[in-house]
Order: sequence, then structure tokens, then C-alpha cells
Amino acid sequence: MTAVEEVPLSPAGNPIGFGSMKRVEDARFVRGQGNYVDDVNLPGMLHSAILRSPHAHARIVSIDKSAAEALPGVVLVITGEMLAGVPRPSLLGDNFAWMPTLSYDTQAVLATDKVRFQGQEVAFVIAESKYIARDALELIDVEYDVLDAVMDAKKAMDPDAPVIRDDKGQTDNSITDVHGNQSWESGNAEATAAAIAAAEADPNCVVVTEQILYPRVHPAPMETCGSVAELNPVTGQLTLYTTSQAPHAHRTVYAMVAGLPEQKIRVISPDIGGGFGNKVGVYPGYVLSIVGSLLTGKPVKWMEDRSENLMSTSFARDYHMKATIAATKEGKILAVDVDVLADHGAFNGVAQPTNYPAGFFHIFSGSYDYPNAHCKVTPVYTNKAPGGVAYACSFRITEAAYVIERVVDCLAAELQMDPAELRLKNLIASDKFPYMSPTGWEYDSGEYEKTMRLAMEIAGYDELRREQAEKRAKGEYMGIGISFFTEGVGAGPRKTMDILGLGMADGIELRVHPTGKAVLRLSVQSQGQAHETTFAQIVSHELGIPPEDIDVVHGDTDQTPFGLGTYGSRSTPVSGAAASVVARKVRERAKIVAAAALECSPDDLEWELGRWYVKGDKERGKTIQEIALLSHSALELPEGIEGHLDATAVYNPPNLTYPYGCYICVVDVDVLTGQVKVRRFIAVDDCGVRINPMIVEGQVHGGLADGIGMALMELIAFDEDGNCLGGSFMDYLLPTAMECPDYELGETVTPSPHHPIGAKGVGESATVGSPAAVVNAVIDAISPFGVRHADMPLTPANVWRAVQGRPMRTDMAVE
Amino acid sequence: MQITLTVNGTEYTRDVEPRMLLVHFIRDELLLRGTHWGCDTSNCGTCTLWVDGEPVKSCTMLAVMADGRAIRTVEGLANGAELDPIQQGFIECHGLQCGFCTPGMMMTGRWLLDNNPNPSEGEIRECISGQICRCTGYKNIVSAIQWAAEHPATSEVTS
Ligand code: FES
Ligand code: FES
Repeated sequence: MTAVEEVPLSPAGNPIGFGSMKRVEDARFVRGQGNYVDDVNLPGMLHSAILRSPHAHARIVSIDKSAAEALPGVVLVITGEMLAGVPRPSLLGDNFAWMPTLSYDTQAVLATDKVRFQGQEVAFVIAESKYIARDALELIDVEYDVLDAVMDAKKAMDPDAPVIRDDKGQTDNSITDVHGNQSWESGNAEATAAAIAAAEADPNCVVVTEQILYPRVHPAPMETCGSVAELNPVTGQLTLYTTSQAPHAHRTVYAMVAGLPEQKIRVISPDIGGGFGNKVGVYPGYVLSIVGSLLTGKPVKWMEDRSENLMSTSFARDYHMKATIAATKEGKILAVDVDVLADHGAFNGVAQPTNYPAGFFHIFSGSYDYPNAHCKVTPVYTNKAPGGVAYACSFRITEAAYVIERVVDCLAAELQMDPAELRLKNLIASDKFPYMSPTGWEYDSGEYEKTMRLAMEIAGYDELRREQAEKRAKGEYMGIGISFFTEGVGAGPRKTMDILGLGMADGIELRVHPTGKAVLRLSVQSQGQAHETTFAQIVSHELGIPPEDIDVVHGDTDQTPFGLGTYGSRSTPVSGAAASVVARKVRERAKIVAAAALECSPDDLEWELGRWYVKGDKERGKTIQEIALLSHSALELPEGIEGHLDATAVYNPPNLTYPYGCYICVVDVDVLTGQVKVRRFIAVDDCGVRINPMIVEGQVHGGLADGIGMALMELIAFDEDGNCLGGSFMDYLLPTAMECPDYELGETVTPSPHHPIGAKGVGESATVGSPAAVVNAVIDAISPFGVRHADMPLTPANVWRAVQGRPMRTDMAVE
Repeated sequence: MQITLTVNGTEYTRDVEPRMLLVHFIRDELLLRGTHWGCDTSNCGTCTLWVDGEPVKSCTMLAVMADGRAIRTVEGLANGAELDPIQQGFIECHGLQCGFCTPGMMMTGRWLLDNNPNPSEGEIRECISGQICRCTGYKNIVSAIQWAAEHPATSEVTS
């Protein structure tokens, strides 16, 4: 079942290549010696705090900061008005009050005219201690003229809706992308509409429509966002320690925002305490720490607190989806249409490839083979925090996987067909790969039915259904939920995918020292995925150097080549491929050196793990370590060969990779209290070749917990006045060890045909695939009460109300 | 206000503001950065350390309340180069990813095993339920604590 072959072990007992191996990173973390941004302490460093808006929408009448400035220990209080006066020699505007977003919109660094969401940045205090900085916030007097807020995306385009972006001269709350579009469509509208109309008219077909909300949630990594900026007034060198999943992309953005020469900016992303997409965006706080250092001449630290993190940094989802599915009565899917209203908050700050403003939502047709699909996504501004691509979403494939898996279950309910049977009837057959989806995505490889049957086998599916029938007869409600998801990860290619014009290809550099030890320099940045371990394993696999002899350097723009960073599960598919490619380059150089040393032609050499030898004479050969030393020696090399083995590469992926999986969740629901207990969670993932199965499984575990959290408890809701109701861990509930079961994992391995080592990326698979399994299980449990759908999070109150036939609009906390 | 306390066996005397939280004192005054901070509402547990032998969320205490007390932090788990079994368990079982919750989880896990050397899975889950891990989904944290239970060594109690 596993594609990981038995590999030889290194002197330290590690696999020379792929296989489970303990993490290199752990040695420092278990000793409490990680180095996170808040652990960075520079001599003379000042601290800071941000004054945030209490209102969702209000005009700023005046700001009186005199009392704050008078407080001993306060160094500087910065307002938007001041920033507007700091000239910025940049292409993107002439002052610091506004900054570009990753979607070609603008976002206020500090509000000048209006505040547009609760928690927006209004003033920035720099002080000698963080306590004094907080004290000073209390002393700033802001007079607001409170305006009506747009909190319900469904009302954003009403003719009388207050206009949020009057700064851009807008007269309504529509969003226009860089291509001039106000909505984003894909698939075949006419054929899909015709197929649905034909099905409606055909007595042998059914059409099911459901309103499905993927509410606003937040990635909430345990470490909040922050930065320490040190701008040397003499040299002009800026060093920024920051919580960044994409240090190189951030450096370029700072060069654009601050107008600083890019070569003078060094972005260091040290240990990161979880990212999940939260640390992709560029936040006003980061920029303010830079401006603060510029204006004070001292290093300035900014660390947000948890409420700030939840209320102002990148939210996720907030998609209102209307899905229509047409099928024959035998259960053959004919067409799916999805209409989405996308709530983007007050600034369009989604971090998407430019040509994909709805991310990869358009992959929503899912894992099923049918000809007609169409979707339309319409974004609007509301008075909520900006962001939108975060929380392990694979560029909005979370929403896509959820909507298709939910509506397929609605169809199963309508047809009174087992949801497993319905899926098996429609899964893309193995011989159809590479498969062109109806919305234009080329799925690289898959054996879907095999994966699904394995999940059903581990679950004991038929037995579960029997148990369910018995329990129902006794008035007990258990539910079984299935989700089969397909992801597309590893953006680019750079020809079609870029962020702010930066093509999505990643650089890499491999140095082999004379003693045969190596250093690999990556553009991507780990937030817990253990790149220092797995990337060494990739090089080890290609060169036979023990992984403990390979150091991995990342997270420092001065020490690593350019690349777009870690999000959208792209580290393994893009940089993992780059690691393999660069190691193969080294191997080819080593071949030439070995040939010179062995006095033969390179063509006469053959490779075995860690060694070139002469064909037909296995004894005559040189190990990679011997070759490394030879490459630095006086050995005469052929004309044009410079010596050394070092190499660089830039990997431009030919296509996305398409990991997939089948998840089965078993829940018990107490219909009197609405309490849901997740009893079992079976997850079979196919992410292609597994570099380190232990780490892959850890990634899946974490994503399953995310799914339980989103399905059952996580929610950033608002009241109609714009108050955020999920602004602390008291209100934004995360799953603990008590809500999570002992996961049961399985695997199939279908290598990606276009990735050098056949790997596909897995970081977000479980977060993408698992929410639907949980929700499907809960709805399955309470279906005897006539419930076909209820929106996440299925809190006890929501489940209870659904059972009573009175589901809520959870996002607005209204009926 | 002047306070004197013992941290990992070393005595410290410092002047602190009466309002300073213990977590900030440990991190910013004593520069022991293994104890983390992750929320404003005492929900996350990344700040967990021991006060007089009991696990405490150090954001729920003022530094002055620790006057005269004995603190143990993650830096006090290992005995020199020798890791405590709880630390080894987290390594063996892949009990951590980003590592941010890990010190707090280990402090609670060590305490549990000192008081209940053979906890059930349910007891382990309950014991760490006041702490959040966003990365691991908890399964491997439970396994790590079980591993440490199966590989006992006397905890070096420096408090
Ligand atoms: S910092 Fe979150 S519980 Fe102490
Ligand atoms: S390992 Fe990241 S929060 Fe637990």
C-alpha cells in the first residue's frame, strides 16, 4: 500500500531518503529554545500598541493624542494624518497612510477619513514598555461620527446601503478586480443552465437546490502576528523580524510600500508558531513597526494580542453559496451550478493569484465525472475585517469541497440513496486521468474508488449503517458523514499564476561542502511543517547524503533565494520539486567530477544511491562525499567545468498537483441538548509519494481537528451594529483534546506524474476535506427530523434549532 | 515592588511593577522565552508553568503573587543534556509541529505523570483540555504523554 520503499539507514539511524524520521526541529522546541518573533529582543528596542476602532463604520472627526504623548515613557504617537505627511518615494502612492493589498486594492495603514471595520487601526503608540504603550491607548481621545454599517453581505448592494469605499470614489459596495471584473465566472453557463432545465422537465431526473453558508472563521494560530523592525538610520538597512509565511514576497511588498531599496531590506521569519494562512498577508502593524523605526531611529516591536488577531487579521471563508445539482433518479450527476456572494470585508485583501480572484474555488465540480458545471462568484465590500484567503484553504478549495460535498449529500437525501453509493456511482474513474474537469482543471492522477473503498473498509461502513438503524429504532441518533475531496495545490505555473505580478515559481540553492556535508537554502518557510527535516530527506533521496549531514536554511531573505513562500500547500509540490531538481543538478556535476577522477567518460558511469560507479565494474566508483572533496581538489576537470558541486534552481511547476482523500466521520447527537460527539474520524489521504509518513500523518491530524472546529464551534459572527462576536478565545471556540477523537488514518499512493518525486502536498488536505464529513454526519444523524441542511458551526444551539425546524443565520446571529 | 522567587532552582530578586503578569515577568525580565503567551483570556495554556509544584497558566497570576514561590518552566525540565521523558516522548511521537503550545503541554503532561503515573487516554485528554494546540489535533500529544508514562524517570523536581 505504501510507495515508500525500504531505504538504507544512515549512521544516525535516519532513512537515507524517504521514511518516517524524527524531526530535526524538535531538539530546540522541547527545550523551550524556539526563536519566535516575540522572543526577539534588540538593544534599545521600543514597544508599541495599536489603538483600534470600536465602531464598524464611522467618520473620524478628530483625534487628540496630547495626553498620550505627555505620558512618561511614551516616545511617539502616530496617526493616519501624520502618515499622510510622511512622503513615500514609491510607485504605489505618495504617502504611508495607505498601502496596497495583495489584490491590487488599497488598505488604510492608519485610518485618515473613516474607520471601516471594528478593530481597524487608528493610532500607533511607541513607548519604552508594552505596558506603557497600552496605557497610552487609553489616553487618546478620538471623536467619531458613527455611520450605518453594512454587516450583511446580502444587503451590501441594496440601493440604500451605506457606501464603504468612498475613498475610491465608489458609489456602491461592488468590488472590481484588476481586470475590471465585478464577478468571477467559470464553466459553461449555458450548457449548465440547459442541463438543469432539461432535468427539471424530465420525470426521470431530480434537481436539488440548497443555500449553503461557509461562515467567516479565523486561522488563529497559537502565536499571534507581530514584527520587530530595525531601520538603521546610517546605512538605511532595514531588518524586519516578522511572522511571515512568505518572507521574500513580503520583502518585495515592503520595497514597494516603503519605497526602500529592496537590497537594503532583510526579512527574517524565525520560528513561526503556526500560520495556516494567517501569516500570508501584510498587515498595517508590520508596516507601522517599520515606520516607527524610521521615525524613532530605534528598533520597534509590534505584537498583536489575541483579540486583535481575531478581529483584524486575515479572516477566512464568508461565502454565501447557492448550489443546484441535477441528476438522474439512478443517481448519475448531470450538472452543478453554484452562485456565490463573497463577503470580502472593507478592503479587498485576499491573497490570491491575480488571475484567480476567487482563488481556486472554480474547482468546485469536485471528484465526480459529469459534463456541466458553472459558477459565479460576486464579491462585495462590507464593514468587516479584510483578508479572505487563510486558514489552510488551498486558495478557497475549502469552500469548493464543502459546497459540492454538502450538495451531493442533499441529492442523496432527495434520492433516498446511500451517500456512499451515490459517490461511488459518480467518482472519476481511474482510467480517465489526467482528467479535464468541466471548469478546466487538469487533475493529474487518482484512483478515487480504491481510496473510497479503503475508507469504507476501515470504517466498517455497512456495520455502521446497521448500528445506525438499530439505534434509530431506539430513539438514539448517530450519523455517518462522508466527504470525498480533490484539491489542486502547488501554485504556479508562473505563466498563469502570480501574486502582485510575482510569478509563482520558487528558487533553491544547494551547496555541498568539501567533506560532503550540504546546506540547502529554501525560499519557503515552515510554520510547523518541519521543512528542516523533510527537505533534507529529499536531497538525501537524490544524493545519498545522510539527512543529518544536510542543513536546511529558510526564513531569511539574505540567506535564501527568492520564492513565493508557504501557503496553499505549495512547499512540497513547488519547493520540494525544486529540492529534487537542484540535487539532480548536483548529481550530474558529480558525475563529471567522478569521471575525471576515474579516468573514464561520464557516459560510462552509473548511479546508485550515494555513488557513481563504472558500468560493469561496481567496485570502481566514488561516493558523493569523495566526489565532493575531489570537486574542491587539484583534480584536473574537463574544459569548462568550474569545480565545486554547488547548484541553484528555480522550479516552475507545469501544473498543480491534485491530492485527494476520503473522510468518514461518525457522530452521536443528543437531540434534546443538540450536543454532538465526534466518535470516530477515518481519513484516507492520497497525497502521492510520502517523504516522511510520520509528518504527513501529523498534518492530517491537525486538519481533522480544524474540520471538527469549523463544523462544530468556530465562528466570527457580528451583530447588526458591527460588533465582532468572535473576538476572543472565550467566544471563538477552538477544539480541545476533549472534542477530538483518536483519528484512524489510511493511505493510498498515486504519484503525481509531473512532480519529480511524485509528491503532491498535504498540508491543507484535511482542513479542506473534513468539515463536510462532520456536517454530513450531523445532518445524517438528525435527518429523521426532516433536516436536509443546517449551516456551520453546528453548535448545540444550532443543532437543537435545526431539529426544531428553526435553523439560524449563524453569521449574523439572527434568525 | 521587590520580589524574590526561585525559578528552576535559581533564586531571583527583582523590582517589578505590581501589575506585571507572571508570564511577562518570566519572559521579559528573566528572559526565559520557552514559556509562551497566546491569548488575553486565559484560554490557550501556552503560558503554563509550575508554581509550587502545580501547573498554572502564568497569565492568570501577577509576578508579585509569585513572591517567595518556586517556579518551574520548560527550561527546567531537562537535567543538563538529558531530556526528561516527557520531552523525549514529544520527539518520539511527533507530539509537536510549530512548537508553540509544546512547553505548556509538556509542563502539564509532566505534572500528570508525577501524580498519576499510568493515566488512561481519557485522563490525559482531560488534563490537557485547558490548553489549545492548533497543529497536532492532539492525538500525538496524547501518545507523547503515554510514551513518557511507559518510559518513566524521576522528574527532576527543582521546585
Ligand atoms: S496566555 Fe493564553 S492562557 Fe495564558
Ligand atoms: S504544535 Fe503548534 S500549536 Fe501545538
